[in-house]
Amino acid sequence: MDVLQTKRDRPWLMRTYSGHSSAKASNTLYRTNLAKGQTGLSVAFDLPTQTGYDADSPLARGEVGKVGVPISHIEDMDQLFDQIPLDQMNTAMTINATAPWLLSLYIGLAQRRGIDPKKLSGTTQNDIIKEYLSRGTYIYPPGPSMRLIADTINYTIKHVPKWNPTNICSYHLQEAGATPVQELAYALCAAMAVLDRVQASGEIRPDEFSQVVERISFFVNAGIRFVEECCKLRAFGEMWDELTLTRYKVEDPKLRRFRYGVQVNSLGLTEPQPENNVQRIVLEMLAVALSKGARARAIQLPAWNEAMGLPRPWDQQWALRMQQVLAFETDLLEYEDIFDGSPVIAAKVRQLVEGARKEIANVEAQGGIIAAIESGYVKRELVASHMKRLRAIESGELKIIGVNCFQESAESPLTLGSDGGIMKTDPAAEREQIERLQAHRKNRNDADVQAALQGLGDAARSGENIMPSSIRCALAGVSTGEWGDSLRAVFGEFRPPTGIDIAIDSRAVLGKKDQVTELRARVASTGEALGRPLKLLVGKPGLDGHSNGAEQVAVKARDVGFEVVYDGIRLTPQQIAQAAEEEGVHMVGLSILSGSHMELVESVLDELRVRDLASVPVIAGGIIPQEDATKLAALGVSAVYTPKDFSFNTIMADMVDVIRAANGLGRLGPLP
Amino acid sequence: MPPTGWDALDRCPDPRMTQVPLPDPEQLAVRILRRERAAVASGLNLLDNKLAAARQRSARLLAALSGERALNDGHLIGVTGPPGAGKSSLVAALIREWRLAGRTVGVLAVDPSSRPELGGGALLGDRIRIKNASYDEGLFIRSLANRNQLGGVASEVWPMSWLLLACFDIVLIETVGVGQTEIDIAEIGDTVCYVAQPASGDTIQYLKSGIIEIPDVFAVNKSDLGAPAHKTASEIGRSAPRQDRRDGWDYPVCLVSATMNSGIKALHGHFARHRSFLADAGLLDKLRTRHQSAWVVRVLKEEFGTFGIELVGGYAEIGRRLKETPGNQFEECQRMRQQIISRFKSSD
Ligand code: B12
Ligand SMILES: Nc1nc2c(ncn2[C@@H]2O[C@H](COP(=O)(O)OP(=O)(O)OP(=O)(O)O)[C@@H](O)[C@H]2O)c(=O)[nH]1
Ligand SMILES: [Mg+2]
Repeated sequence: MDVLQTKRDRPWLMRTYSGHSSAKASNTLYRTNLAKGQTGLSVAFDLPTQTGYDADSPLARGEVGKVGVPISHIEDMDQLFDQIPLDQMNTAMTINATAPWLLSLYIGLAQRRGIDPKKLSGTTQNDIIKEYLSRGTYIYPPGPSMRLIADTINYTIKHVPKWNPTNICSYHLQEAGATPVQELAYALCAAMAVLDRVQASGEIRPDEFSQVVERISFFVNAGIRFVEECCKLRAFGEMWDELTLTRYKVEDPKLRRFRYGVQVNSLGLTEPQPENNVQRIVLEMLAVALSKGARARAIQLPAWNEAMGLPRPWDQQWALRMQQVLAFETDLLEYEDIFDGSPVIAAKVRQLVEGARKEIANVEAQGGIIAAIESGYVKRELVASHMKRLRAIESGELKIIGVNCFQESAESPLTLGSDGGIMKTDPAAEREQIERLQAHRKNRNDADVQAALQGLGDAARSGENIMPSSIRCALAGVSTGEWGDSLRAVFGEFRPPTGIDIAIDSRAVLGKKDQVTELRARVASTGEALGRPLKLLVGKPGLDGHSNGAEQVAVKARDVGFEVVYDGIRLTPQQIAQAAEEEGVHMVGLSILSGSHMELVESVLDELRVRDLASVPVIAGGIIPQEDATKLAALGVSAVYTPKDFSFNTIMADMVDVIRAANGLGRLGPLP
Repeated sequence: MPPTGWDALDRCPDPRMTQVPLPDPEQLAVRILRRERAAVASGLNLLDNKLAAARQRSARLLAALSGERALNDGHLIGVTGPPGAGKSSLVAALIREWRLAGRTVGVLAVDPSSRPELGGGALLGDRIRIKNASYDEGLFIRSLANRNQLGGVASEVWPMSWLLLACFDIVLIETVGVGQTEIDIAEIGDTVCYVAQPASGDTIQYLKSGIIEIPDVFAVNKSDLGAPAHKTASEIGRSAPRQDRRDGWDYPVCLVSATMNSGIKALHGHFARHRSFLADAGLLDKLRTRHQSAWVVRVLKEEFGTFGIELVGGYAEIGRRLKETPGNQFEECQRMRQQIISRFKSSD
């Protein structure tokens, strides 16, 4: 064994998706991570920044600095990259609807620091299609949103040539339940929609178009079925190569390479026995590392405590070390592609490619991915796939260690600490950010701000590229909310279909048949006793976009006989209470995963009280630590559910009993 | 042997039954007329409630809301059409304009239920399409499942729209996407608007079937699609009857686009024109009385079958009794129910 002399490939970029509380706190975190050997930055923004609201907007309440860093204006951006040389850093920003804005702040900052934007390298995620389908931080309707994406591409190609202006994501589709075939098909459809839009803009000369194609990168997922996932990535590579050649006539094979970064699957990471997530994460990483021909360019890993709450610096360090062990200790990087020539792998790849081709043709026949999003088709397919997965877990057909089998466990020392094993963000962050923003507003030149905003509005209306006027706004000190609102005024807002209107499949997917029959009888008899069928409002208050849980609760409730109202994500407590009143529901079920459950549940309860609806029982589900669940109960919440409650039948039986108890009927107890 | 169920219901409350607190109908009516939202909501809950005690109170509530006013005020508009034609989107666009003009709107949106053997549940999805993001005191939306009743609306819709008419300027009913055979909305709306889907087989089928007679206004939606919309509009224009049940009405066909917000003002114009046409011709109260009678017959028949109808003297007798109490047939209906139930009991 001659380790030292072997030639090794260069490892992938190692990132950790992070950001919290404030620009200052996040800057400290980034510099620590870089010192630990991390080679790029991956910025997580908070939800107000992602949805174009200022920290002091009523819609931002409880969300400022929670799941990411708040960036309200250029001074925040400056602080975030304090002592970080922009021209030497590779910065990935998970930003979508407001991507042109955050990129403008970054470019503006570089200009202010005397750095040539041509030297900037990094990525803006900037893929609106998966926002409508899964991620939820959309603002504007599809037409204007696609134009903003085209604008950033057209601009960076000319002025920031090392930038990846868009990162087509299949990651979030898998997190919303997509199968490998769906992930392939819809991501490639999204890439075509973007390229077609850029082509249609006419700003790029045909002979330069292959450069645009080359700048398109992908952000994919890798789940626990790692052999299949490895094949999926090979399939992606093949299909992209073919598509860019036939559809976009890119002759140079180098420009047709499928370049991608990865975050491995988080949906399958569990709340019970969370230490098992480490094995899962490592296995998932293999899928994107093993085969050289389809290896990721950048990897970021979730932490072992993913399903419990936000990771602490130590948890993130552990995840980074997993990558480092694979890259530096093992012999992986010494080999050419170890799967080339394997007939087993080739056959699996073929199968995935064929499946994806069929689904792409199906979407094209419906007028393309945008039309298929507007009609609700794609979202319904995802909700249906996710439902199948969850019902397989519930029936035990799909084994999840520590959740639906091998549940017995010794007490874990990992979760014993006084912090509950998760990161708590600074509760003062919201107030401080608001104060900073209000001080900033006083310090800037109002005339400059007004002129810059005027220019932005004009560009939005005229169709001129949005980037130059946005950069002017950045330099003038315009705020994130002002940028977002100016475009709202021109483009309007959009709420995509919820996808829950899938057909009831009476045979295969209902889980344990006898339990479902029993549940239906309970729902019906309770409705009769109360005089009308049981009606449920499923509500998603706040800016939280995690819709999976709400969707599946809604679908399941319909299947057992509830009449269900679900109006989608991002509603205010006031809107939810108003819907509860207008609809005359028997129960309000809230789903909150963003960590803002204390503030939001309390506001919903207040709003219900104001409307004389204090007697309507409220339940909540999501990422809710035990100590908060106890506090919510004290506020009057009837029941709290978390990911460990994997049996939807049990949840439904419980819900019926909560309604019964609230109306003076006896509880019916657990299902037989 | 009479059916049981309702009989047990009226006589001795089931011991499993809860004491659902029911509001005092007369007080509730006063609050509804004051347009208190909470009262409107609890009134609708009461009208939806099938417990015997609730039925009694519902009749009293409706009686308290009835009278001259109910026969002549407001505008009740039914919106029907095939699935996905854009009914909800169009309703949203219509509402936007009405609200800008300061008019208040109540909406009943009906969605299909799954089959009873599959649990009978429902996803009430119109609301998300109709509601715009902002909070609005002048708009009230109640979604309803059709509970497997035929015809695109549920029998609860008529009394509920009656209640909403008491406190909103405009009441809109969106039916489930109907096929070409059943369309009960004809028996509810003052004005019925058919939303057509451009270049769709549904519309052609619809034109061929007899029920082209029903709508008063045709809106061909998605005019932003261009040629197919124009073609559909002219097909309807050729088939729409120019003369029949309501002399002097022109059955307009208009092109609209809910998403581009175009043609909405013209559609409003047609609605307003139809409303004045009915009122000027003295047809409005007659129409509403007729619709109410149709509802009474429907609920009696649904609950007791033809046999029950016979027990109160058949359709003709029911019609005669209702004519004597125009404007308030709900109480008369309740009396007839009692009568049928007691006849059933005595025939044991
Ligand atoms: C899938 C996922 C996503 C998907 C969401 C797709 C979608 N459309 O839902 C994607 C990739 C888009 C995503 C994005 C983000 N995510 Co995420 N995500 C997850 C993940 C991995 C799983 C959540 C899930 O869907 N589970 C499956 C469903 C079925 O389970 P569930 O919702 O928990 O529901 C169960 C119970 O809770 C209960 N329940 C839930 N709601 C309700 C309601 C009622 C009425 C009832 C009765 C029951 C009930 O019933 C279910 C039964 O099992 C979790 C971590 C984890 N493993 O739990 C992180 C997690 C929730 N995400 C997190 C974050 C931070 C984000 C981002 C905000 C990151 C960022 N800064 O941009 C983004 C932005 C999203 C947004 N717009 O808000 C954090 C939240 C941190 C916190 N609470 O403190 C988590 C916990 C990960 C982590 N540790 O950091 N995410
Ligand atoms: N192009 C175009 N699409 C429209 C228009 N109006 C509605 N749509 C689209 O048509 C689809 C159905 O719209 P809805 O308003 O839900 O239709 P609906 O008739 O209420 O549907 P159901 O209640 O399910 O029967 C959605 O995808 C809308 O975006 C329009 O004017 N033009
Ligand atoms: Mg509809």
